Amino acid sequence: MGIVSPGFSGRPRSQEPALPPGQYLTEDFPVLSAGPTPRVSLDTWEFVISAENGTEYRWSWQELMALPQETPMVDIHCVTHWSKLGTTWQGVSLDTLLDGVDTGAHFALAHSYGGYTTNLPLDDLRGGRAWVAHTFDGAPLPAEHGGPARLLVPHLYFWKSAKWVRGIRLKTMDEPGFWETAGYHDYGDPWREQRYQGD
Amino acid sequence: MTEMSYLDGNMLDGPMRELFTVDLSTAMGRCENCGMTGSMASLHVYSHAPGLVARCPSCESVMVRLVRAPDRAWLDMRGVTYLQVPMPMEQTLPEPL
Repeated sequence: MGIVSPGFSGRPRSQEPALPPGQYLTEDFPVLSAGPTPRVSLDTWEFVISAENGTEYRWSWQELMALPQETPMVDIHCVTHWSKLGTTWQGVSLDTLLDGVDTGAHFALAHSYGGYTTNLPLDDLRGGRAWVAHTFDGAPLPAEHGGPARLLVPHLYFWKSAKWVRGIRLKTMDEPGFWETAGYHDYGDPWREQRYQGD
Repeated sequence: MTEMSYLDGNMLDGPMRELFTVDLSTAMGRCENCGMTGSMASLHVYSHAPGLVARCPSCESVMVRLVRAPDRAWLDMRGVTYLQVPMPMEQTLPEPL
């Protein structure tokens, strides 16, 4: 028996072409969490992009909601082997948030209320592929799923889509985050099955 | 939606036996963050996650992370200053004549 019981069990490897290798389809939305669920008031919530030169760009909840909103419909893939197809979200594109941020950084470290971190190449937050999402399936994102707002980067394994996101630090050097310092892959492409270091 | 629950640190004993022969449930650990020292069995373990995350019951800092790949495992105990493990009484050798 393995030393880690997977969060959720289900059907074994699927042959469905719509799924990355090693994934099975779920209709549920499993809740995974590495700690207690932070409860963040919208009155005090803020999102901060910190550039490598120390400049900080801040948005309150009201300021975030006043930005242009997008409604991505995306497939999501969790490294614990479940995938959920056609999920609908609402949020603000990172392209919008990064517009006007003066940076030469190539890496990003997302950080969350509660202390979670995850790293991504900055390019993966651009090009209409990443959002700060606050609405899921037409309703405010529940705290269990990362509300008030979470990062949504669906082309990478879902641990990169940091729940309770509070900000992004732009960095000239790659700095591995919470799971990336404990054996998980630095990049995490589900279609290349990059689950663990060396995959 | 329900609040994410955690298990007590006794559940770490089985998984850790794959790595160590020590019975972790009888060991004491010191939290690197707040300094609280207590039974490893009292940790709060979050298992609905890509790995096991054991947190200090006092300050909720991460003390132990254990990730299991099919053929490898990673153990991160940077949040534990020390482990105190019960040992069999050391036999005292007789004084030389």
